[in-house]
Amino acid sequence: MSRFVGQDAILRADCQSARAGRVTNPPQVGNLPHMRRRLFLQALALPCLGAVESDARFTVEARFYDKLPYKKIKCKLCPRECVIDDRERGYCGVRENRGGTYYSLVHSRVCAAHVDPIEKKPLFHFLPGSMAFSVATAGCNVNCKMCQNWDISQSRPEQVTSTFISPQNLADLAGRNQCPSIAYTYSEPVVFCEYVLDSAEAGRAAGVKSVVISGGYVQEEPLKQLCRRVDAIKIDVKAFTDKFYKEIVNGDLKAVLNTLVAIRKSGVWNEVVYLVIPTLNDSDDEFRGLARWMKAELGPDVPLHFSQFHPEYLLKNLPVTPVPTLERAKAICDAEGLHYVYIGNVPGHPAESTWCPKCRRVVVERAGFTVRALHLDKGKCRFCHQAIPGVWEG
Amino acid sequence: MRIEPQYGATRRGFVRAGLAGALAAGAAPAEKSKVVIARDPALRAGGGAPDSGRVLKMLDRAMQSFWGGDSPLDAWKKAVRPGEVVGLKVNCLSGKGAATSPVLVEAICERLQQAGIPQKDIVIWDRLNSDLESAGYRVASRTDRIRCIGNDAAGYGTELAVYGSAGSLLSNTLTRTCDAVINLPVLKDHGIAGVTLALKNLFGAIHNPNKYHTNVGDPYVADVNMLPPIRQKVRFTICDALTAQYEGGPSYMPQWSWPYNGLMVARDPVAMDYTGWQILERKRAEKGMKTFREMKREPVYIATAAGHGLGTNDPKRIDVVEV
Repeated sequence: MSRFVGQDAILRADCQSARAGRVTNPPQVGNLPHMRRRLFLQALALPCLGAVESDARFTVEARFYDKLPYKKIKCKLCPRECVIDDRERGYCGVRENRGGTYYSLVHSRVCAAHVDPIEKKPLFHFLPGSMAFSVATAGCNVNCKMCQNWDISQSRPEQVTSTFISPQNLADLAGRNQCPSIAYTYSEPVVFCEYVLDSAEAGRAAGVKSVVISGGYVQEEPLKQLCRRVDAIKIDVKAFTDKFYKEIVNGDLKAVLNTLVAIRKSGVWNEVVYLVIPTLNDSDDEFRGLARWMKAELGPDVPLHFSQFHPEYLLKNLPVTPVPTLERAKAICDAEGLHYVYIGNVPGHPAESTWCPKCRRVVVERAGFTVRALHLDKGKCRFCHQAIPGVWEG
Repeated sequence: MRIEPQYGATRRGFVRAGLAGALAAGAAPAEKSKVVIARDPALRAGGGAPDSGRVLKMLDRAMQSFWGGDSPLDAWKKAVRPGEVVGLKVNCLSGKGAATSPVLVEAICERLQQAGIPQKDIVIWDRLNSDLESAGYRVASRTDRIRCIGNDAAGYGTELAVYGSAGSLLSNTLTRTCDAVINLPVLKDHGIAGVTLALKNLFGAIHNPNKYHTNVGDPYVADVNMLPPIRQKVRFTICDALTAQYEGGPSYMPQWSWPYNGLMVARDPVAMDYTGWQILERKRAEKGMKTFREMKREPVYIATAAGHGLGTNDPKRIDVVEV
């Protein structure tokens, strides 16, 4: 599946909004940098002319696994705990048992790279208006039937065109492109966590932060290591029922909730996204259940984004989420006492902006991925001095 | 090859697929599904590798018994037609020892050519070139000779094929190159899916088999076999049972392998899988091992495949012929 050719291969718009022709202008606040395509191409003047790189270059021993008899291994990266025979791969398709030693095949093997507004992740309380140097490798440890990036997430690394970008090179690229953060996104960073860990360290040394955009299906130890090295984690809660996780995601809700609690305890900045899919996860009970759980376990200040679904992959038979459904979800969660509930993928909606929970005025005004105005002073509402939680300064 | 709606087949698609499947499996309601098992106790004269001449003779017996005709060549002429490009879907992931034997594939290629299929119309294929090489095949892409190519080199289509729980891109070798496919699995155990035989060998035609091993491969194995190009093009199965493996698969584990010295031929992949599964169960019982059910890896996808209309898993409707 060679979808990408030459350097364009790594210039990949990631999300539904881009595909739907709703790409927004770059941020306009102050002197924020934004990337012109030509500059970006120059920046990526790497040995990446679409050629298939040798496998060995991307292969490193995996960090989280147990060796078993008969050259089998048990993967300890995600709760699935695949037991893998020699020469076989796990569910994610990017980690392989070779003679009883387990390898990641995707270290530095970037199949998508783009300079995105941080709002696109979405992270709304993390350096608003900044750009994130966003990368992905092939592979994912679940199989969401609504995946918008299934062509990379559900592929093996050799099935997509990739290029070698070392951790140090990635940190340099972010810096050269005025991106204060690297975002590990598009597919599932958990499956390329060795690359994330190494790149986050390289980035930290270079003054570049790291953010992880994940489904949160990960074991405790790798999550701990991620939390030590990255600066923000956005978790997709795909639904608030086991049934949905079993039938639509091939994952496990409880494991994801455990991840959220662990992130909260670690102190790493965290936001939650919930893609609202008509008929599948859009009931009042689910919204209320999620809000109550978040308030009790994470506190009222963790931002929650309700995103609009667009038909993709194996769920093309369902319609786009009606905006009133998203507004209903927000209203329920507001009423339950969550302070920062957003509506996403609906450019121009007032619930894209951050409202001060005390004085009810807009403190971060957004339109799509554009930050139009910022009324924060050292993380406090400029009008009433209420502290607004988040990472506001680099 | 997208089937709409995405979460199942349309009525028309379902009927079409059903008809194709019924034709492919020869599964008329009153007819039994035939599974021919040919064995040769003297296959390994010196106790080592199978003798190529005896493999050819055993293949002839199996094919003639299954397809009928006055000679083995008559049988092959019933199975394939000149002008078709015939794919040989081998099973090579586990490398030498647990892969489709090149000796068997050589014998098949010999008979195919005698039946009027020129070298240029024969394609040996599996997922990866490296898998083929590790199993003893030489990758070859010249189009005037027998080709041997992995999906990684031939590529996959860009349109999702969808049935039930399965959504996959299909190998170009299957969809674009081949007119007919002879499925060549190995009789062996599978640590997750129970057994890997005719049905599961077609995981080698999709780009994302790693996604379909959960829940003992059920219903994924059955659903993948419902994808129209697979139903329409896989003509019959010759299962390599020269060396079989009853535990520790799919990797090669010599301590759990034994010289079964046989081949199995069937058009009905479900009957083939049921029969092969029972052979492995009997061997496990003989060795004092737990059943697949006790090991929590009973290959229930075989029953699901029967439910899909891909064939029968009812032993009363399977005619096992030993030759």
